Amino acid sequence: MGLELYLDLLSQPCRAIYIFAKKNRIPFEMRTVELLKGSRGSKDTVGTWGVRRRQDPGQHLSDAFAQVNPLKKVPALKDGDFTLAESVAILLYLTRKYKVADHWYPQDLQACARVDEYLAWQHTTLRRSCLRALWHKVMFPVFLGEPVSPEMLATTLAELDVTLQLLEDKFLQNKAFLIGPHVSLADLVAITELMHPVGAGCQVFEGRPKLAAWCRRVKAAVGEDLFREAHEVILKAKDSPPADPTIKQKLMPAVLAMIQ
Amino acid sequence: MGSGGRWGVAARTVCEFPGSLGFAESLGSRVGSFRPAMGLELYLDLLSQPCRAIYIFAKKNRIPFEMRTVELLKGQHLSDAFAQVNPLKKVPALKDGDFTLAESVAILLYLCRKYEVPDHWYPQDLQARARVDEYLAWQHTALRNSCTRAMWQKMMFPVFLGEQVPPETLASTLAELERCLQLLEDKFLKDQDFLAGPHISVADLVAITELMHPVSAGCQVFKSRPKLAAWRQRVEAAVGKDLFQEAHAVVMKAKDLPPADSAIKEKLKPLVQVLLQ
Repeated sequence: MGLELYLDLLSQPCRAIYIFAKKNRIPFEMRTVELLKGSRGSKDTVGTWGVRRRQDPGQHLSDAFAQVNPLKKVPALKDGDFTLAESVAILLYLTRKYKVADHWYPQDLQACARVDEYLAWQHTTLRRSCLRALWHKVMFPVFLGEPVSPEMLATTLAELDVTLQLLEDKFLQNKAFLIGPHVSLADLVAITELMHPVGAGCQVFEGRPKLAAWCRRVKAAVGEDLFREAHEVILKAKDSPPADPTIKQKLMPAVLAMIQ
Repeated sequence: MGSGGRWGVAARTVCEFPGSLGFAESLGSRVGSFRPAMGLELYLDLLSQPCRAIYIFAKKNRIPFEMRTVELLKGQHLSDAFAQVNPLKKVPALKDGDFTLAESVAILLYLCRKYEVPDHWYPQDLQARARVDEYLAWQHTALRNSCTRAMWQKMMFPVFLGEQVPPETLASTLAELERCLQLLEDKFLKDQDFLAGPHISVADLVAITELMHPVSAGCQVFKSRPKLAAWRQRVEAAVGKDLFQEAHAVVMKAKDLPPADSAIKEKLKPLVQVLLQ
């Protein structure tokens, strides 16, 4: 078995890895792990014992997937016997193993540090506020049938706003891309995050011409078709049919932990 | 503190000025003055876990640097002057000539590369390096989070801020810490000597300095976890006991801090409220 990437394109970090691997023509087996759905109709095998057909909501919570990632999260990578979790680690592994073009993660000491700085910062800031925006605005009410108070939603969107301002002022500034004149891992990780609230119907780029221009540049650098392909799932999130009660029950604790 | 004339003295003591004089004023007095070429400066408060990791790493590898102490409990990180170094207003921060850098993971990797430290800290080997990256990524939202909350809820809120934390909140935080410690043992350490394999790496430094946070608050982190306790001994030995103790002197004395005055409370309370959720 060659390189396997366990992804659900509903998830922001999974999209970043998907785009990166495809853009760099890295050969891999796509292993779709459906975070929200039952496994009926799933296209891929999980583990060595063939296609799972049981109704099994939250595929990432299964014992089989735990063999690949004991942290029970996507994305996850399997390369022969080597398994790896954490999107930043996976992106860096792919960067090194497949010797991609320098601009993705530059050799230059300071440029590289800037990418590292963004990749470290985003975990507790943009990742968090984009996730909460999607879940509070769309996924809780539409998918889980749980109302979210207007105050909670307002707080979440205000936090998102603050983070977007930091993204512009501290990271992007007047550059073409987050760390300089060329697209890097930082831009992929950031843009896929922003598509989360976009998928929820938030006007992330309205009143932010700088970010809007940067978004266009990233899309162009990545390729419009690939970008669209990677974001098909998230852009349909607000049309998710409501989850049935068993799924809801199973996913709730994990969801609540995730969006804290 | 060393010589250097009026500006030399200001450069050295700028961060150790008492809170009332303030970081901003002392740096402001240097504007327009002759500034000799500055080497590497590390803006740290050893109260903070990531700052300790960087301090230990730099000292262990004999990386020459100017220590710039930024006292969090005096709100020095909120000054406009410090914002010039790190607009995110957080420690740790690095300044290397005109180059400034935030985020402890980025700083550690920058130091690894610039000073060409021994390979084991951040191995060249593809898979070994990936293991370090994996830990460094995971810890942001896992161990870092629960260690900070445990220390603040158990100790800093009651002792320093004079604010009681509801027992359910503390219980929930300590349970979450337990969960993270279990993951640390089962998923990362496993049966290895160190987190990423047979040798110490930056992952171990980042982890051990985190765990010392709840330790400083009196949590018995290692008591019922012989595997983690043994790993701790190995890390301390690899780093050097003296250096380890030196780096942890501040946090280990945190429980003896006098209560904050009302001005400081006002300043810090809104920032730390998030640690109660």
